[in-house]
Amino acid sequence: MLKIGKFTFESRLFTGTGKYSSSALMEESVLASASELVTVALKRVDLKNQFQDNLLLKLNHPHIKLLPNTSGVRNAKEAVFAAQLAREALETDLIKLEIHPDPKYLMPDPIETLKATEELAKLGFIVLPYIHADPVLCKRLEEAGTSAVMPLGSPIGSNKGLKTIDFLEIIIEQSNVPVVVDAGIGAPSDAAKAMEIGADAVLVNTAIAVSPDPVAMGLAFKLAVEAGRMAFEAKLAPQHTGALASSPLTSFLDD
Amino acid sequence: MTSFKDVFNSYDWDKVKASIYSKTEADVLHALQKTKRNLEDFKALISPAAEPFLEEMAQLSQQISLKRFGNTIQLFAPLYLSNECNNICTYCGFSFDNKVRRKTLNEKEILQEVEAIKSMGYDHVLLVTGEANQSVHVDYFKKAIALISPYFSNVSMEVQPLDQEEYETLTPYGLHAVLVYQETYHREDYKKHHPKGKKSNFDYRLETPDRLGRAKIHKMGLGVLIGLEDWRTDSFFTALHLSYLERTYWQSKYSISFPRLRPFSGGLEPKVDMSDRELLQLICAYRIFNEEVELSLSTRESEKFRNNVLKLGITSMSAGSKTNPGGYAVEPETLEQFEISDERSPAQIADLIRSQGYEPVWKDWDNVLSLKTY
Repeated sequence: MLKIGKFTFESRLFTGTGKYSSSALMEESVLASASELVTVALKRVDLKNQFQDNLLLKLNHPHIKLLPNTSGVRNAKEAVFAAQLAREALETDLIKLEIHPDPKYLMPDPIETLKATEELAKLGFIVLPYIHADPVLCKRLEEAGTSAVMPLGSPIGSNKGLKTIDFLEIIIEQSNVPVVVDAGIGAPSDAAKAMEIGADAVLVNTAIAVSPDPVAMGLAFKLAVEAGRMAFEAKLAPQHTGALASSPLTSFLDD
Repeated sequence: MTSFKDVFNSYDWDKVKASIYSKTEADVLHALQKTKRNLEDFKALISPAAEPFLEEMAQLSQQISLKRFGNTIQLFAPLYLSNECNNICTYCGFSFDNKVRRKTLNEKEILQEVEAIKSMGYDHVLLVTGEANQSVHVDYFKKAIALISPYFSNVSMEVQPLDQEEYETLTPYGLHAVLVYQETYHREDYKKHHPKGKKSNFDYRLETPDRLGRAKIHKMGLGVLIGLEDWRTDSFFTALHLSYLERTYWQSKYSISFPRLRPFSGGLEPKVDMSDRELLQLICAYRIFNEEVELSLSTRESEKFRNNVLKLGITSMSAGSKTNPGGYAVEPETLEQFEISDERSPAQIADLIRSQGYEPVWKDWDNVLSLKTY
């Protein structure tokens, strides 16, 4: 069972709500994925009338927790303010910290993210920061009190898969908090791979939302994440490229 | 201080034009096959040589847009605050020499218009004026934005170019985006179309996006008025401007519009005609060239065209627009800037978007995300 802050999750697949052709289809897809943590952009929901907001109404299921995100803010100060608004309107301490001052590639700002994490952790938030696959930054975030880290697999929305895999492996090896691979996961096989190398969870949005059949794709990702996790727990057989039968360098010991 | 003027001055209009018209089928194929396109590729995509590839371009443009923006179209409405104007512009209904009674909305009238626009479902409003610095000035804008921003999540503005400090005073009141169209990048032709008024200063207008970038505006919109000059050459300069801005002011977002000259009271016939086929080619070329830029289509375009291109690269649309101050509620008969073509209501356009399997998005920003510091 995955534990983040005070919450536990059966499902290791986190999903998003953007880019769907309708909120009804989004709901159906999220349900098919069995995801229990769904991220919502604050800029897309009506925080003044949260009980009438169409998107939020669709996510009103007992097994689903909302993960509000701060997409659109450009620095730590704005992020902290947005997180406080989210906490008040949506009654949750969970916050996905997204500070990408670059609106073109939505690259996360490591400096502002670290600052905001320090402050939000002090304010009692369960912080899940979206970051580059930077192992040192992950350790610094841990020290700052983060509840998880969310390194990117490749640029957000790119569907390019785990381009950062070497760094993800270091992060997973060193981390004391859950590692959630976020951004760039384009196919169920990418999600399975992330789980096989030991990620605690993955977050997938574009690959599901933009598929011609988001409901089937939600289910496909669910199965892939489960298979990947099962394989990780069962321990993958090591890879070998050559035969190991003869031992020309050490056979002299047996002579 | 870096400025686009220096980049712009290193280009020669006639050479650029010749280079676009000399692009070949091979150049187009090369541009289509790459994954990252540069300005030379953009030239190929807008060239006559790309015309036979329009279907391929449309498919590619749709695919790329879907990946970035999903199955969504954003909706916004213009709110004309004033049609007072001291400029003479040969193509515009608000031109100073168009001797028609002028109107600038007062606070009470603004709120009436706000109510009418809100009742149509809008949450994103674009404030528009002419250029009348003695009455419609920064203080007027400040008051108007402060008045309007509690009602809308996103307030954008399309008014006369301002100084950096002026933009900086407006953003804390809730100003999210500013659109400033160069109209044409042809310096001599620009002079002809803007013989009088502050707008006749080509360089001041050209450097407006630099001032906006320095003022750290969240989003800015670029474009030319299609019909004044060769649209391919003008669009190249727009793309050049965009590329420069993205590199220089990397924290801002960009959008592009492609208004075609429309009839208005006292109007000018377009010097250059652009067919629907060519406009679609331009939309697809922008999308293939730049996967992240927002592309906006207004009610200037016909129902048929809007029905068919909304999934081919566009990211935002207006609907049910009035192009005159007071047009929604206060005084529907005042002087309008131009006649719109697609007169369907926002609800009809939202239904159209849904019927094509896309979701109309009314809200994609919240002005609480940028801290108000005033």
